[in-house]
Amino acid sequence: MVGIVMVSHSKTLAEGVVELARLVAGECPMAAAGGLEDGSFGTSYEKIEAAIDSVYSDDGVIVIMDMGSSCMTTEMVIENMEGKRVEMVDCPMVEGAVAAAAESEGGASLDEVKQAAMEAAGEAKF
Amino acid sequence: MTDSKKVIEIIKVMAEIIHENAQFLTDLDAPIGDNDHGINMDRGFQKVLSDLPGVEKDDIGAILKKTGMDLVSTVGGSSGPLYGTAFMKAGAAVAGKYEINSSDFVAIMEAAVGGVQLRGKAEKGEKTMIDAMIPALEAIKKGVSEGKSPAAFLADGVAAAKEGVEYTKTIIATKGRASYVGERSIGHQDPGATSFTLLLESIAALY
Repeated sequence: MVGIVMVSHSKTLAEGVVELARLVAGECPMAAAGGLEDGSFGTSYEKIEAAIDSVYSDDGVIVIMDMGSSCMTTEMVIENMEGKRVEMVDCPMVEGAVAAAAESEGGASLDEVKQAAMEAAGEAKF
Repeated sequence: MTDSKKVIEIIKVMAEIIHENAQFLTDLDAPIGDNDHGINMDRGFQKVLSDLPGVEKDDIGAILKKTGMDLVSTVGGSSGPLYGTAFMKAGAAVAGKYEINSSDFVAIMEAAVGGVQLRGKAEKGEKTMIDAMIPALEAIKKGVSEGKSPAAFLADGVAAAKEGVEYTKTIIATKGRASYVGERSIGHQDPGATSFTLLLESIAALY
């Protein structure tokens, strides 16, 4: 199954989105990388790296970020993971994570999971 | 010529100046950003400082690379990957060198500014550190090509960076966190442009 990592400046936000996505897809490997080591706000290179490693398999991993440094720090982590199948997805955090988790649990490929997350951006809430 | 020992001294001054200005930088960030620039930069440079003894005997490229890696892993905000990339690219530009001259310094600055643009995808006029970096780089390049001394071309660079900081007060942020406050960002100077100027001043202070 394709792993999913949520990166946020906030520990509770990253964990909360994982929690929510687990309601839809409890089997999908998901990990949160939110906040700094000491629990304060920010994005941690080490936490993102560890979260990706914790859900990594040959099927690959997608990473969903909140904004700003989350994206730039994730980009640097991925650049230093040569040969691994890890991709960032530009999508809304909640909708993207839920769509990706459901797709991953259904046995979809990395590209399909990524596509599902990206399509979530165009869906109206009401 | 500048050797590894002097580069270590410069980085120590950078850490000191960032520490002294931590509250100032954070206060600049409060109205237009997320109120953490100084705290973040200080945390990063304190880590850099504590790791300096381990790279004292290394070449300048390795010292700059280590500095960049420390910033990436400890800063926690956008300035982490931005300055981290700047220092790492700067290090790559002088890899293996134990002594550098003025043209090497131009290469360092070009690599650093290029690194920030690559990472942050910012252009001039978006109210970011780039608005101080590009004018500083141009002034330094000009000074070096005219055969000026390091003290003189660094002074030109600092003056251009300061003008860049002033310019950021007049424009609306269209990149980074400050873009969320839109027009309300006018009148405020960019914290990243300010911290870059402080770092350049730290270098100039030793020439």
